[in-house]
Amino acid sequence: MLITTTKGIMDDSKLEKKEGSLDNDNEITTWVEYWLEGELVHRSVHVHLKKNVVAEGIQAMLA
Amino acid sequence: MSNTQAMCTSFKGQLLTATHNFGTAPTRGTTAADTFKAALYLASATLNASTTAYSATGEVSGTGYTAGGITVTNGTAPTTSGTTAYWTPSASLVYTTVTLTTAFDTVLIYNSTQSNAAVGVFTFGSQTVTAGTFTLTMPSNAAGTALLNLA
Repeated sequence: MLITTTKGIMDDSKLEKKEGSLDNDNEITTWVEYWLEGELVHRSVHVHLKKNVVAEGIQAMLA
Repeated sequence: MSNTQAMCTSFKGQLLTATHNFGTAPTRGTTAADTFKAALYLASATLNASTTAYSATGEVSGTGYTAGGITVTNGTAPTTSGTTAYWTPSASLVYTTVTLTTAFDTVLIYNSTQSNAAVGVFTFGSQTVTAGTFTLTMPSNAAGTALLNLA
């Protein structure tokens, strides 16, 4: 698979892949990194928000 | 200093004067929905409920990122369920092939049709992106979980 990196497009077979995730009350986040000889050359992140913002007081304003 | 997730107080007031239009509004000059945008902010910025409009101060910068952010896909008009009105962008926010090396943790959604008036500040865990894609997926578009809830 070809990966966009700081060095240009590279085949992932030449790179070290690292992945991680986070799951808490606010979000589910996953990320993938590709490293070339100890240098980070690609990092993508996907954040899935769980929380919204609630207009507290709107009901009171309209009442 | 830090960012605080909140619905902007100015936006709450502007709802009562129809400054914002996520769907159609017969009292306005046009029935077209306004254009909303999403800008990313550094973890060191200070956005919160007092934020009234988009500003480049504290915004991320880097390869592939355009100041002001990206246009929010607004394919689903706001609706109500029970006593709650709600709206959510109809697609994920995707910043493609960007390099943002300074940590960011906030997205500001604002109305670019209405003088860049602020809508909401949304925070997440601090991130960086290197020659990659940052994708922000919205909560489910339902009462109680939608991105904007007026309960």
